[in-house]
Amino acid sequence: MIDRGYYNGFGGAFIPEILVATFDELEETFRKAKNDPAFWREYAALMSNYSCRPTPLTFAENLTRHFGGSRIYIKREDLNHTGAHKANNVMGQGLLVRRMGKTRVIAETGAGQHGVATATMAAKFGFQCTIYMGEVDVERQRPNVFWMERLGAEVVPVREGSRILKDAINEAFRDWVANMDSTHYVLGTACGPHPFPEMVSYFQSIIGQEARRQILELEHKLPARVYACVGGGSNALGIFSGFMKDPVELVGVEAGGRGLDTGQHASRLCAKDASVGVAQGYKTYFLQDADGQMRETHSVAAGLDYIGVSPILAQLKESGRVRFEAATDAEVVEALSLTIRTEGVIPALESSHAFAQAFREAPRMSSEDCIIINQSGRGDKDIFTIADAFGDPKWQEFIIGKAGKYHA
Amino acid sequence: MLETYLKNRLKERRILLMTHIVMGYPSFDDSHKLIETMVAAGVDLMELQIPFSEPVADGPVILHANQKALSAGATVQKCLELAKTAAASFNIPFLFMSYYNILFKYGVERFAGEMAGRGLHGAIVPDLPPEEGSDYLNAMRTHRLSPIFIFSPTTSDARMKMLASHARGFVYCVARKGVTGLDTRFSGQLETYLERCRQATSLPLALGFGVKDRTDIDFLKGKADIAVIGTQTIRLMEQRGVAAVGDFIAGLR
Ligand SMILES: Cc1ncc(COP(=O)(O)O)c(C=O)c1O
Repeated sequence: MIDRGYYNGFGGAFIPEILVATFDELEETFRKAKNDPAFWREYAALMSNYSCRPTPLTFAENLTRHFGGSRIYIKREDLNHTGAHKANNVMGQGLLVRRMGKTRVIAETGAGQHGVATATMAAKFGFQCTIYMGEVDVERQRPNVFWMERLGAEVVPVREGSRILKDAINEAFRDWVANMDSTHYVLGTACGPHPFPEMVSYFQSIIGQEARRQILELEHKLPARVYACVGGGSNALGIFSGFMKDPVELVGVEAGGRGLDTGQHASRLCAKDASVGVAQGYKTYFLQDADGQMRETHSVAAGLDYIGVSPILAQLKESGRVRFEAATDAEVVEALSLTIRTEGVIPALESSHAFAQAFREAPRMSSEDCIIINQSGRGDKDIFTIADAFGDPKWQEFIIGKAGKYHA
Repeated sequence: MLETYLKNRLKERRILLMTHIVMGYPSFDDSHKLIETMVAAGVDLMELQIPFSEPVADGPVILHANQKALSAGATVQKCLELAKTAAASFNIPFLFMSYYNILFKYGVERFAGEMAGRGLHGAIVPDLPPEEGSDYLNAMRTHRLSPIFIFSPTTSDARMKMLASHARGFVYCVARKGVTGLDTRFSGQLETYLERCRQATSLPLALGFGVKDRTDIDFLKGKADIAVIGTQTIRLMEQRGVAAVGDFIAGLR
């Protein structure tokens, strides 16, 4: 590997020797594809035919009126096939898997979105598929597990460590070091060793390319601000990349969980309890203790519940190009509720972090300005989690009744 | 010098034994007893693993040991202390094994200083290829410590040469793909791989991953210089206690 993927000191490829040749192959395949204009055309055609791209940029007229500040637009990544931006990355990597001639894919998943997207891609392309998922997440995202299994994937619950996303990533690596000849690891976000951060951002950049074109068509000017939630950073980098060279303020919103001073959150770029470290193959800000042991994280949104963050975002934080904020679980549920009632769209809990921050700022902005919120995924398939977050009594009654019927 | 010690020792023994423990698992007292038992049973050098919360290169047994050690309160400081006692009490070389974040957070230069000050001989850091390790390599050189690098069956000849140019003490040859603790087939293929390793370096060769009994070690005689016993002793200790580990090791050669 000649280029080791450094972003002002963040990133790199801290990989065990056994995987070096595999990464060399991946990097070369990606490099060739990236330099081949026909490859992007093939990718864009696949996404338009299979995944509803370009996704709309919806003017949120009611929310705009409600806040009385800037004009609010929503980039509708929820309308991708499988319900989130994850499809962009997964289908792109699927094309690379075909180029490499591999026959099996594996992936980690937190919310289950990336797992469902990968299982879908595997079904379409005829690959074998194994998904690693922390036991805690298996429990909170059962409907996604159901779909992954229907799609033909094997879902392996991970019982080690804190039994969430990071542990699923470790298990996927353990599978990969044994099976790399047949298998590609479809990492789900812009983290991990080089070339993953660059490659995942490259596929997700389709969001930003479209959004920029669409806002110029609709508003004849650039947005003042663009908001995206930040788990590993892939949807944020995807939409931000379209505006990187423009005078547009980019705002990444992390999971504030129960509050940044409670220790129960997943904020790596806003919280004081994060520091630079090296884990899972790359260097970035991690939520870790003084010895370098990773901490437990918390978020109402499983997809943001992760110890690390894209090295590209770590660089953009330090350079000041992107501003980072955190939204708490409570603020997020409130923003979600308002969006559903006011606008009739149902963002995922992850995406609702971006909405929460935009709602804080929009009222104080000029009505001349417009902003874009990236709705990275849809929330209706998180019905169990969202119903719990709302504490909906009728839903609880229904579940109890339903459970009773299974017992009968 | 580690290399000289190993080469001298190899004049007396056809194959050397390196064992591995996870410090603090199940307790620091047990770790100390394990070291004592292993040394008494005749091991030639030892790998002391500082537990890490994300041990990606380790299989279920060692992973579990890492997690148990941490939840029982293992810290880097306690590991440094145990290592110091071990190096002062027993007349064999001790190495640290851990993941890079442990060194990075401690400060790589400071960590190397602590190692040298406590009489350790070197370190194995499986997630640190030399391309990412210039700070580490400099610090190890300054403190006259051996950075142990890893060869794998997927490593090309050219890359083996490159790795060997950074390695000191010996080279750790991983027997197969996969994580620690799974079975290895001791076959002609392994022999060809070890010949390829031998071509790349004049340093002694250690062979690890899946070495579990006397038959495996007999197979390795004349092909590798050091047999590495990792997961097998942890399993034994879990099932039959520390004393059983001593008998097991004594019966290996
Ligand atoms: C809908 C949705 N949004 C956001 C994320 C967070 O990931 P990233 O920061 O890589 O976009 C996830 C992760 O599972 C997700 O499912």
